[in-house]
Amino acid sequence: MVTYLDHAATAPLRPEAAAAVLDQLARPGGNPTGAHALARASRQVVDEARDVVADCLGCRPSEVVFTSGGTEADNLAVKGTVAAGGGTAVCSAIEHHAVLHPVAALGGRTAPVLPDGTVDLEGLADVLQRAPAPVALVSVMLVSNETGMIQPLAAVADVVARHAPEAVLHTDAVQAVPWLDAAATAPAGLVSVSAHKLGGPQGVGALVVREGASLRPQLLGGGQERERRSGTHNVAGIAGFAAALAATVADRGATVARVAALRDRLADGLLAAVPGSRETGRRDGKVAGSCHLLFDRVDSEALLVLLDRQGVCASAASSCASGALEPSHVLAAMGVAREEARGSLRLSLGATTTGSDVDHALAVIPPAVDRLRQRDPLLPRPVVAVGAS
Amino acid sequence: MKVLLAMSGGVDSSVAAALLLADGHEVTGATMKLWGGPSDSGCCSVADVDDARRVAQQLGVDHFTFGFADDFEADVVAPYVAAHAAGRTPNPCVECNRRLKFDRFLRRADALGFDAIATGHHARVERGPERWHLRRGADRAKDQSYVLHMLDQDALSRTLLPVGHLTKDEVRSKARGLGLRTADKPDSQDVCFISATGGRGAFLGPRMALTPGRVVDRGGRVVGSVPAVQLVTVGQRRGLGLAGGGAPSFATDVDVASGTVTVGAAEDLLVTDLVVGSPTWVGPAASGAVEVQVSAHGTAHPGRLSSSHPLVRVELDEPVRRVAPGQSVVVYRGDDVLGGGTAH
Repeated sequence: MVTYLDHAATAPLRPEAAAAVLDQLARPGGNPTGAHALARASRQVVDEARDVVADCLGCRPSEVVFTSGGTEADNLAVKGTVAAGGGTAVCSAIEHHAVLHPVAALGGRTAPVLPDGTVDLEGLADVLQRAPAPVALVSVMLVSNETGMIQPLAAVADVVARHAPEAVLHTDAVQAVPWLDAAATAPAGLVSVSAHKLGGPQGVGALVVREGASLRPQLLGGGQERERRSGTHNVAGIAGFAAALAATVADRGATVARVAALRDRLADGLLAAVPGSRETGRRDGKVAGSCHLLFDRVDSEALLVLLDRQGVCASAASSCASGALEPSHVLAAMGVAREEARGSLRLSLGATTTGSDVDHALAVIPPAVDRLRQRDPLLPRPVVAVGAS
Repeated sequence: MKVLLAMSGGVDSSVAAALLLADGHEVTGATMKLWGGPSDSGCCSVADVDDARRVAQQLGVDHFTFGFADDFEADVVAPYVAAHAAGRTPNPCVECNRRLKFDRFLRRADALGFDAIATGHHARVERGPERWHLRRGADRAKDQSYVLHMLDQDALSRTLLPVGHLTKDEVRSKARGLGLRTADKPDSQDVCFISATGGRGAFLGPRMALTPGRVVDRGGRVVGSVPAVQLVTVGQRRGLGLAGGGAPSFATDVDVASGTVTVGAAEDLLVTDLVVGSPTWVGPAASGAVEVQVSAHGTAHPGRLSSSHPLVRVELDEPVRRVAPGQSVVVYRGDDVLGGGTAH
């Protein structure tokens, strides 16, 4: 039996999405930009998917730009905005690398976060005032992929309106869509979404580009997606994306309530069973599927292997190219000491999580932590001052 | 047994995986990511981890990556820098085996529920009537027992070295027979974190103060100069800023405190006894007639242990060139590794 608690990495394909993908792959699919019957059929699949996605995300169909996923959407938002009008890019220090790295590559600025893992609004105002003018883009994710903390996007929009009125607000909503209503993204002019985090196929996503936001395309070619993103559409992927998104939105209310109860049982059970453990952020500020804990004197790299060998799939911070865990930039930004951050465990629940998954995790994790503390405790080490891996 | 195999991405550990499986072990592979900085010597790169993973996939073995860079920095790199700063010539591969592969990795394996670890080293672990023995690899030219001399009974009882009874050619031939992608991969060379282009100087320069030194002969007369006295090794002949002509001169002594390198003729380097500190023994502390080896692939010199604790003294049958302080001196009797330590 495999207990899958890594939905924030990728969620199992929903049956509705699998059916849509397989249905499209089985058709004699034409290129949507062609002029014949098969092309028109593919075009219709993309158009109808666009309507569904727009409806679910609270935007117009013309505002949906299909991409190869969240990373491309983030890159298009950051680089496309700066390329269109110049200026400085600013993001929070806890963004996904798909935002952080483009912002850094453009010489941008990062805004601090509070110890609870939410963006520091005063710190953001300060950064906006000090950043080389004009600030072209501010990017703050809607939900942290590590801590699950929901960011105060409306308040961020107010700060941006006050201190950088020319800037467009971008939000990476990749981790938010399974849990939060589309209204939560409303303050942002640009919104990144990924299909596979909500039960769609990997390799497809979208950037919502609201009217008024100007972008320079980053992929040039055939001029698809109204000249905003060239390349032949991933028609089957887009069909699966729309089906997964529609299914997610349809049962989101019930899923959130059910999963939040499972998550509370899991988090409370682990905190009670494992001495020297604590939860990051605030429970009431997290999305329903997020359980993010810190264990003293444990290297989560070893913990993940031990859990894997007992059929529990979980994760910690992001991995580098070699597969070794990198120190979490999110926990560092929250002021968590490096040693403590080494013992982080992210258990992310999703629509398919059951009570027996929680039972299994509760049975396996406390003894695993105890075993590692006995036999392979994390020892204090000086900070390594070498280049990135 | 449940075995955790250290897979570097090279041919030896690849074949080790296949041999362990053939022996009926339950094998899991793991690659240690020890070094995050630049390296061009073929170790710890993303490409090596890829090779290890692909071999594991081909053989149906689970593969993990362990990020031990903090431990490597603290236990191998920092002592390496400190030793150079003190004018010694350290052997970081020995410390990596002592602190990372046969301590950190072994502890991790135990915690994860494995009965034993395995590596692709060319040496043999054998159970004798009294105790475990560590012996030279079957391929004398590739023998790595020198860098494993610190293994004790506890470590040996939980260590498998599956390729130790094979020659390198046999290992490569087995890899080809199995269609392993690493079959013709070149051997790794030298210290993994020192680049061939920059050398020790480029690595140590930013990490410690390198200071110029004067080179004097045995009479105290200044005969040359060196840009960094910390990088001079006893026995070194080149790079001492000496005038050409005359008999060859060698560094016979390095004193960092006074910034002085003393040079002499080849015979001035010769010694008939060695003093070895921090000894470790595979079994009981050795005594009597032994052979000592003072470099990874050097010859074994016959001699006699006149003391084994706390300092080891070896009286040699024939004079040998002085061993640079910091280098490992390993004590053998035939193919059997008895122990070793660090030259004073």
